Parts: sequence; structure tokens; C-alpha cells
Amino acid sequence: MKIDSISNGIVIDHITAGRGMMLYELLGLDKLDCSVAIIKNVTSGKLSKKDIIKIDADIPINFDVIGYVDPGATVNVIKNEQIVEKRTIDIPEKLTNVITCKNPRCITTVEHGIDQIFKLVDRENKIYRCIYCEAKAK
Amino acid sequence: MRSLIDILDFSVEEIDVLIAAADKIIENPAEYAEKCRGKKLATLFYEPSTRTRLSFEAAMMELGGNVIGFSEAASSSAAKGESIADTARIISCYADIIAMRHPKEGAPLIAAKYASIPVINAGDGGHNHPTQTLTDLLTIAREKKRLSSLTVGLCGDLKFGRTVHSLICAMARYSDVKFVLISPDELKLPSYVKKDVLKKNNIPYLQTASLEEAMPELDILYMTRVQRERFFNEEDYLRLKDSYILDKNKLAGAKDDLIIMHPLPRVNEIDPSVDDDPRACYFRQANYGKYIRMALILKLLEIS
Repeated sequence: MKIDSISNGIVIDHITAGRGMMLYELLGLDKLDCSVAIIKNVTSGKLSKKDIIKIDADIPINFDVIGYVDPGATVNVIKNEQIVEKRTIDIPEKLTNVITCKNPRCITTVEHGIDQIFKLVDRENKIYRCIYCEAKAK
Repeated sequence: MRSLIDILDFSVEEIDVLIAAADKIIENPAEYAEKCRGKKLATLFYEPSTRTRLSFEAAMMELGGNVIGFSEAASSSAAKGESIADTARIISCYADIIAMRHPKEGAPLIAAKYASIPVINAGDGGHNHPTQTLTDLLTIAREKKRLSSLTVGLCGDLKFGRTVHSLICAMARYSDVKFVLISPDELKLPSYVKKDVLKKNNIPYLQTASLEEAMPELDILYMTRVQRERFFNEEDYLRLKDSYILDKNKLAGAKDDLIIMHPLPRVNEIDPSVDDDPRACYFRQANYGKYIRMALILKLLEIS
């Protein structure tokens, strides 16, 4: 299978196999007009299998989303067909408007126009809690 | 500008200062009678709560201040669909400090983000109720003369009781505190409280279903109500409900200097015959609630 290389854009590499679609949705890539390729289950030396996302435009990326979904992923910024920046991603301390609180008793279910904010409370087990009601992110 | 949303917003040192301030007010209330002259407390109560609201209002009045507000959502702009954020902005124009109770968890935090005056969480659903915890801490400090080296028995509904969870979080910061968790299996303390607070801080605790067995070693017995609606079946409720009703017989093996606390309202979990026992301090506890709220209002308004 052949996917054309991109001249100017972003490649999200080393995504744990199976998480590519979740990243695609949470990053809002479905709303882009440019070409976006999701390549699933690529054989990889680092991981046995990985997903890759190629975005054919230099758009702002919410790194917190990538860190939340898959902190092992890397982001390569491509300019004139060259990698000009390679970023590794850490688990974010705070998530703003990435996920929503599922606790029906939380104020965020009725108060409009406020940010949905989650804080990392347990790095080892990757547990986030809503800053308003402290419910665990699901 | 500070607000109080969660008891852990205040350090142990700040709580010590607050307790000392409440002690001074109790000793000489006349000295504080004009401290808040010209200041207004807005009590924004989106659900009814007689004791907490009246305690706040009495506290502000005893400081010489005034009170405005509402006692249910139906009589507020919330009924017209106004957001918490907007209400907080508007009330900031009319009052100097807000005490807010809301059925939704996290509502006072939003109010604090948008208000330009201090906000006190007066209870947000089953989440936090920090002034109850401050009340409990003042009660323990006054009745036991210390907040460390104590064996604290928590009895009844430890699963859903927010006052119990907050008290554990607050007491876990003092040295040599041990908890005895007395409840039926159905209402045990949630595992996340055990993991995140007790185990994480190496706080010793013991779980038991028997109030009588636990009684002799307790310095404090904190009673909560076992509610019928918490049980999956009526049979279990009927079988267990009397086990957690405190009466004179169950107090037989208790220490002479035990203190019995309850956040109130009491239904039937403490037999009225216990009320006359000098160890019963739940009515004094309610009184302390007013004084710690007076101290809190002064702190947040930065009035010395």
C-alpha cells in the first residue's frame, strides 16, 4: 500500500495500533478540507504494529489530545518534504475541552459555555478527574 | 482574594488559625458584633437547607453584617435559566461575600471563577461541604483539646456520606490519627477514599461491622444515618438498621471522655436517651458551626 509523502504538513507517528481513529476524531481532523490519511496496523520495529496519521497542511495541533490518547506517539512537522521538527509527547497535566464529564450530577451537564477541564491525578495509572465534581474521566 | 470550595483549599496552618479565631469569638462575642458593619453576605441556596443557611445568616448577623439571597432555585433567576457564571458576576455587584449551596457538583467552583468576591461552598450535591468539616474540626479541637493522637470512629453510611469523606481527608493531615470504619458491607467507605487518602498517607484504619466491638477504643464517635433508600432490598435494611442506632447500652464500653458527633439532622440513629449524656456533643457541634462560619467570613473578607 502506498501513501504519498507530504510536502508541508504533520505526521503523527508511532500511534499505538487501534488508537488512530480516536485521535482522528478528538483532534477534529474530520473537519479539515486538506488530505488526511490514517494508516492502520503498519508493521513497526518499535511497536509490533502502529497507526500513522498524515495531514497535508500545517495546522495547529492540540498536543494535549495526543498526550491523553497516546503519549508514546511522536509528531513530525514537515516543510518542503523535510522533517523540521520532531516532538515527543508527554501525558498532559490538564485537559481543556478534550473530553466531557459523564457524571450526571456534575454542573458541567447544565452550565453552558464553560470549559470542560480535567486534571491528571495519577500519572502511573493515567487517571484524570473533572475539576468541578472530581469524577474520574471515562 | 480567597474562596473556600474544598476543605483542602486551606492548609493545616490556616485551619489552625481559623479555629483559634473561632475560639476567640466564642470567648468574647461582643468584640466581634460590629466587625462586618456595612458588609453583605449573599446566601445563594439553590436547594433548601435550613440549618446551613440559618447558620450562615446568624453568623453574618452576629458580626453586624446584613444578609441577602434566596433559599430555593424557584425563587431565583436560575428559574429563568440564568447561568451560575452570570449569577456570580451580578451578585458580586450587590454583596461582599457569597455562600452557595447547589444540587450540582462543582457549581460553587464556577461561581468562584466568575465572582469578584469570595465564594464559600455551602454544599454542592454529594460532593463537598467544607464548612461542615470546619465545624467538625472546631468541635474536635474544643471538646478534645487536640486534633492529633485520636482514634476516630465513623459509623453508619460511609459510602455516600460526604461529611465522612471530607472529615477523613481533613483529619488525615494530622499526626497519629487512626480511623475505625463501622458500617454494614453495603455502605463501606469507597475504595478510592481508602486508596487515595488512607493508604497513600499510611493512615492506620480498621473496618468492622460491629459498633459495640469498636466502641472501647474510640476517642470520637461520628454517627451518620443509615438510609433506607441506600439498600437494594428492604430485608437487608431491616436486618441492619438497628445495629447502627446508638443507645445507652451500646455506650456501655465507651471511654469516659468519648465525644459523640453527628452532622445532623438526626432521624433515629441516635436514641434521644443519649442526648443527656455529657459525651453527646452534636448540639454543641451545631453551635460551633456558627462560630467557625463567623471566623471564616472574617478571614475571607480580610477583616482582623
